[in-house]
Amino acid sequence: MSPTPLMEIEDLRVEFTGSAGRRVRAVRDVDLTIYEGETLGLVGESGCGKSTLGRAMVRVTEPTGGAIRYLGADITKLRGTVFRKTRADLQMVFQDPFGSLNPRRSIADIVAEPLLRARGTGRDEARKIVDDLLDQVGLGREAGTRKPHEFSGGQRQRIGIARALAPSPRFVVADEPVSALDVSIQAQVINLLSDLIRERGLTMLFISHDLGVVRHIADRIAVMYLGQIIEIASRDDFFAGPAHPYGEALLSSVPALSKEPRRERIELTGELPDPADPPAGCTFHTRCRYATDMCRTEAPVLREVQPGREVRCHLPLIPVKGTS
Amino acid sequence: MSEALLEIRGLTVGFDVPGGRLPAVAGIDLTLGKGEILALVGESGSGKSALSMSLVGLNRGPRTHIGGEVLFGGRDLVGAGEKELREVRGKDIAVVFQDALAALNPTQRVGDQVAEMIRTHRRISKRNASKRAEELLGEVGIANPGQAARAYPHQLSGGMRQRVMIAIGLANDPAVLIADEPTTALDVTIQAQVLRLLKRLQRDHGTTIVLITHDLGVVAEVADRVAVMYAGRIIEQGTRDEVLFDPQHPYTMGLLSSVPRVDGPAVSRLPAIAGSPLTGVARPDGCAFAPRCTFVHEACQKQTPPLQRRYAGEAHLDACVLDEAGRARARGALEEVAQ
Repeated sequence: MSPTPLMEIEDLRVEFTGSAGRRVRAVRDVDLTIYEGETLGLVGESGCGKSTLGRAMVRVTEPTGGAIRYLGADITKLRGTVFRKTRADLQMVFQDPFGSLNPRRSIADIVAEPLLRARGTGRDEARKIVDDLLDQVGLGREAGTRKPHEFSGGQRQRIGIARALAPSPRFVVADEPVSALDVSIQAQVINLLSDLIRERGLTMLFISHDLGVVRHIADRIAVMYLGQIIEIASRDDFFAGPAHPYGEALLSSVPALSKEPRRERIELTGELPDPADPPAGCTFHTRCRYATDMCRTEAPVLREVQPGREVRCHLPLIPVKGTS
Repeated sequence: MSEALLEIRGLTVGFDVPGGRLPAVAGIDLTLGKGEILALVGESGSGKSALSMSLVGLNRGPRTHIGGEVLFGGRDLVGAGEKELREVRGKDIAVVFQDALAALNPTQRVGDQVAEMIRTHRRISKRNASKRAEELLGEVGIANPGQAARAYPHQLSGGMRQRVMIAIGLANDPAVLIADEPTTALDVTIQAQVLRLLKRLQRDHGTTIVLITHDLGVVAEVADRVAVMYAGRIIEQGTRDEVLFDPQHPYTMGLLSSVPRVDGPAVSRLPAIAGSPLTGVARPDGCAFAPRCTFVHEACQKQTPPLQRRYAGEAHLDACVLDEAGRARARGALEEVAQ
C-alpha cells in the first residue's frame, strides 16, 4: 500500500518586510509532502526559515503564496468557522509553551481551551479528555488543578504537548519542543513524543536544530538553507551520508561523543548570507567547498536523484540513479 | 595533571532566596592544572556557573554567601578585596559569557571595547591599544578585523559577537579563561569554529581554560579533564577518556546514555533518567542523586558520599557508594534499555 499524503505543500512562499522596507523571503520555493503517520524532521540553522515554514503549514503565520493541501483540499483560503474546524486538526507544540499563557489559569483550563473553542466539546466530556491526557503525558490528572508556575521546564513541555493533543489533531508541528530542556529531561520528553506518535498514529513535522534529537524521532529528514529545502531523505540515508554539501557540513559539525577524535571535519567558512539578499545561483555557493562556475550563476532546483532522495544541488554527493 | 595553577578548597556558595538559603555550591575541592582545558559539566541548577563566577567574585552581593578558598598566585580570591579582584579579573582570569549581546555595550564600537579592556590593565597609548584590538579580532578568526572593529555589536552575527567576547577575554593574555556555555547560543557550524579557536588558544598561548557546558559532545571534542556536577557537588572527576568512556557514577552513566547521538546505532529508546534534579532549598541527607537513581540502597541515604578514588584510575574520582558489581549492573541496565 502506498502511503497517503496528509499535507502537500506546493510552491510555498512566506515574505516579511524587514528593516528599511526590504523584502525578506523567509520561505521560498517549498514543495513538500508529508505522509500520514510519518514524522518528518526539519533541520537547519537559525534564520533558515524552518520555524516560519512550520508555522505557515498550520497558518499560525500566513503564507504569501503557494498552496497547503490538507487531505487534498487547499487550506490557505479558508476563513471563519470552516477554518476553525480544520485548524483543530492541525496543532502546534512550541519551544516554550508557557511564554504566552495566562499564569493565573489552571492547567486543566489551559489544556481544555483548544478543545472547547475549536471542537465545541461539552464541559464534562472535555474534563474527561483532559484528565486522560494529563495521565498519558505522565503528569497525572491531579496536575489539572495547579498553575503553570508550579511546574518545571520538562513538566511544562508535557503540558504543552497535552494541550496540542487535546482536540485529537491529525497533524502536529513541534517547533524545537525539547531544545530548552536539560539532556536528562530532554530524553524523557523525546520518549514521550515517540510513544504518543505511535499510540495515536500522529503525523508530525518535528523542527529542530539538533540533528541527534531529530535522528531519534524522525522517519525522514528535510534540510533547509536560506529559506529553501535543499535536501530530503529517509533518516537512515541522510545519516549514512547527506547528498547536499550543506547537509554534509552540518552533520560533520556536530560534536561527536566518541573516543577517537573525528578524522575529518568539514568546516564551513564565512557567515550565513543575509536572507534579504541571498547570493545568486546556488545560495550555498559562497560557503561550499565544491562550488563551480555553474553554481555561482545557475540556481539548482530540488530534484529526485535516487528514489525518495531529493537534493537541490548541481553536484550531489551521491550518484544519480533509479529515478524516472 | 600538570602543575597546579588554581586550587579550590571547600568552596561553598549560598544564595538567600524566599524560603531559605539555596546551596548552589555545596562544598567543592578542585585543582586546575596549568595549560589544561577542564570541562565543568552539569544540568541547570547543578552549580557549575555559580562555581565559576565565584572564582573571580562576580557573584558577590548581600544575598550571596561564599565560603572556602580559591588559591591563585599565592593569594586567596575568596577573601580578596574588590580592588584586588578587579586587578585579577581580565588580567589574570577572564570570563566569557554565553550571551554576548547582553555582555557587550550596544553603544560602543566593538574595537573600542576590546581596546578599553587592554587599557584597563596596561599603560599603552590609545592608538596602540586600537591596533592591538584589531590584531586580537583577527586572532579569534574574524575575517575582516578592521571592518569588525568599527561595527556596533548589533551589526555582527551571533558567532562574530561571541568571538569579540573571546577577544575581550584575551585582551591581556590571561592565564585562565573561564568560558561559560560559550557556544550554546550558536549554530553547530559556528560552534565548530569557536571550539577550534579554544583549542588553538590552549596550544599557542598555553591558556588554561575552564569550559562550562551541558553539552557532552563539546566536552568530548575539546576537554582534557572533566568534572561532573550534580546539585552543587562534583560527583565524578577524571580525564576526558575516563569520565566519558568509563563512567563510574550512575548519574554520569545516565547522562551519557541519554544524549541523542548522530553516530552509532540508532536506538529505539533513549535511556532517560527519571525525575528531575533537586532545585529547592531543602536537601535531604545522603547522595543528592539517590531520589533518581535506579540503584539506590540504604547506604545512599545515610550520608553524602565523598568524592574519592574508588574502583577506577588513580586520578579518576567519584562520589558513589556502589561496589564494582553494582556499577557493572548499572552499565548493563542502561545498555539494555537502548536495545
